[in-house]
Amino acid sequence: MKAKTLYDKLWESHVVREEPDGTALLYIDRHLVHEVTSPQAFEGLRLAHRPVWRASANLATADHNVPTTDRSSGIADPVSRVQVETLDQNCADFQIVEFGMNDPRQGIVHVMGPEQGATLPGMTVVCGDSHTSTHGAFGALAHGIGTSEVEHVLATQCLIQKKSRSMLVVVDGPAGPGVTAKDIVLAIIGRIGTAGGTGYAIEFSGQAIRDLSIEGRMTVCNMAIEAGARAGFVAVDDKTIEYVRGRPFSPSAQHWDQAVAYWQTLHSDDGAEFDEVVVIPAAEILPQVTWGTSPEMVSPVSDKVPDPRDEADPVKADGMRRALSYMGLEAGTPITQIRLDKVFIGSCTNSRIEDLRAAAAVARGRRVAESIKQALVVPGSGLVKAQAEQEGLHRVFIDAGFEWREPGCSMCLAMNADRLEPGERCASTSNRNFEGRQGKGGRTHLVSPAMAAAAAIAGHFVDIRDLQV
Amino acid sequence: MDKFRTFTGIVCPLDRSNVDTDAIIPKQFLKSIKRTGFGPNLFDEWRYLDHGEPGMDNSTRPRNPDFVLNDPRYAGASILLTRENFGCGSSREHAPWALADYGFKVIIAPSYADIFFNNSFKNGLLPIVLNAATVDQLFEQANGSHALELTVDLDAQQIRAGDAAPIGFDVDAFRKHCLLEGLDDIGLTLQHVDDIRAYEVRRRQQAPWLFE
Repeated sequence: MKAKTLYDKLWESHVVREEPDGTALLYIDRHLVHEVTSPQAFEGLRLAHRPVWRASANLATADHNVPTTDRSSGIADPVSRVQVETLDQNCADFQIVEFGMNDPRQGIVHVMGPEQGATLPGMTVVCGDSHTSTHGAFGALAHGIGTSEVEHVLATQCLIQKKSRSMLVVVDGPAGPGVTAKDIVLAIIGRIGTAGGTGYAIEFSGQAIRDLSIEGRMTVCNMAIEAGARAGFVAVDDKTIEYVRGRPFSPSAQHWDQAVAYWQTLHSDDGAEFDEVVVIPAAEILPQVTWGTSPEMVSPVSDKVPDPRDEADPVKADGMRRALSYMGLEAGTPITQIRLDKVFIGSCTNSRIEDLRAAAAVARGRRVAESIKQALVVPGSGLVKAQAEQEGLHRVFIDAGFEWREPGCSMCLAMNADRLEPGERCASTSNRNFEGRQGKGGRTHLVSPAMAAAAAIAGHFVDIRDLQV
Repeated sequence: MDKFRTFTGIVCPLDRSNVDTDAIIPKQFLKSIKRTGFGPNLFDEWRYLDHGEPGMDNSTRPRNPDFVLNDPRYAGASILLTRENFGCGSSREHAPWALADYGFKVIIAPSYADIFFNNSFKNGLLPIVLNAATVDQLFEQANGSHALELTVDLDAQQIRAGDAAPIGFDVDAFRKHCLLEGLDDIGLTLQHVDDIRAYEVRRRQQAPWLFE
């Protein structure tokens, strides 16, 4: 039998039918729903008098434009309020389980799903959000879809798809000190480029990936889309199975052993062939900071802001000049001399309990620099928040001068009130440093939680390896 | 969805690579629960000098004279010419909705981000891939003192300009068929209800925990 990749196995186990040209109808096991990309899909169902195919395969929460401050008086912005209320109404009408804004389980959809065991190995998982690739950390085939496809999944439990090409990214050897999952994935994007994974499904492997916790793997898979790949995943191992055990949506005792036996087959076979293989020695990866307006514009913290004159490709050099102008940076500036105005710790990339622990370890006993106007910590879900409070992390942050907020997407995309003002510079644990992403004219530098906390304390970037934690 | 017809339109050259969906339609406009009305806020942060919010009267907002969409040469453009990796970033279908609502029917670029590319077809918007050299030539022509007009013939898979040799392009046969016929994907899939049900029966036996 031909050796199969993990992608082959995930794909083949979900094909409902396939046309001669390779266009397939792919079955979807889990559909996650949020308020921003679903209202038009539910409206479409109503207009066509179509029911939801399998309501129990869906799970919804409001995350993108919920306030992260006190919620007892509801949402002040009337437009945001209508969108969140529309989700509540749609879920009630179509009998979809929803963790509404005031449910303790509410959170960022990509934090909430795995936390509930709603993401399981071997599943196909989709959501109207590009960071759905996060769920690939469980050995699942997970990717973002548009609203037309949200409607398609609601109506048919399937998607019309063509198989992508396969890429294996091997991060070889152990990661160095201070190097986190975020640094690993930023380094991968820096290496293959923001379109390097376009048309591919990426399997992340190698010792540095295997050594990561499940939460760390979620961080890596989360940003597969920033390398252009809709889906990124990691093979199942014992850590995956232990993480899934005992969660509300996990298999019951009756089916547990059968599920585990199946999950243990979810890895690429020896000798399986990939269309593309990229090997990155983990030892070469240092703590990363983005300096531009695309995640591929990234450098080790010990470097200087690069010079467009050193770039041979004229289109790239032009993009670099535009980025440096937008970011208000001079080529040649040491990254550790870049001063910040705000710090954001949160987002579907880095808002889980381990992220908060890493940031708190840096913040403990220290103070946010006077020059920092605002430092936000936004837990990924109500359950993450409760866990952090049980561990006393909120006290560490508050004592250091951080604001401790309610869960949501917050300043990652600034759909709610949390945003940058024009010209403000932010160290952010989120996933996109696009122009205007965190507010019109805002300047975003992507970093790990520990690096963000350290930047908040110092007022400028510091090499986390120089800091005694 | 309307059927995609051969048409002739003006080309608007947007000379940037990696144009992301946050730039195409900024997040504050994603709060709408409708599919329409995004056109006036297409490229909002580049197109206007002030900060846009939903509900503003866009006709009175200060326009950025340096942004190509505000150049009178390209008024009424229906073909957007741009660079590599157009539509990267978020999966928001509001991006193709905004482009289509503005009046674009075709995008021409050397490459696109996967999710945007896929979303476009679902909204009658045809993203055409041409090689970088051809795109360069089109930029040269579109940047001239007179706007470049092109005829896009999806059936023949050709772009034509005056007497010049037609430029051929590739398109997935299934997607072409859906665009030309204005077909609804859901309707097509629901023709295979029996296959979906049969799959579910099979899958329930193999992986019963997925149906608990």
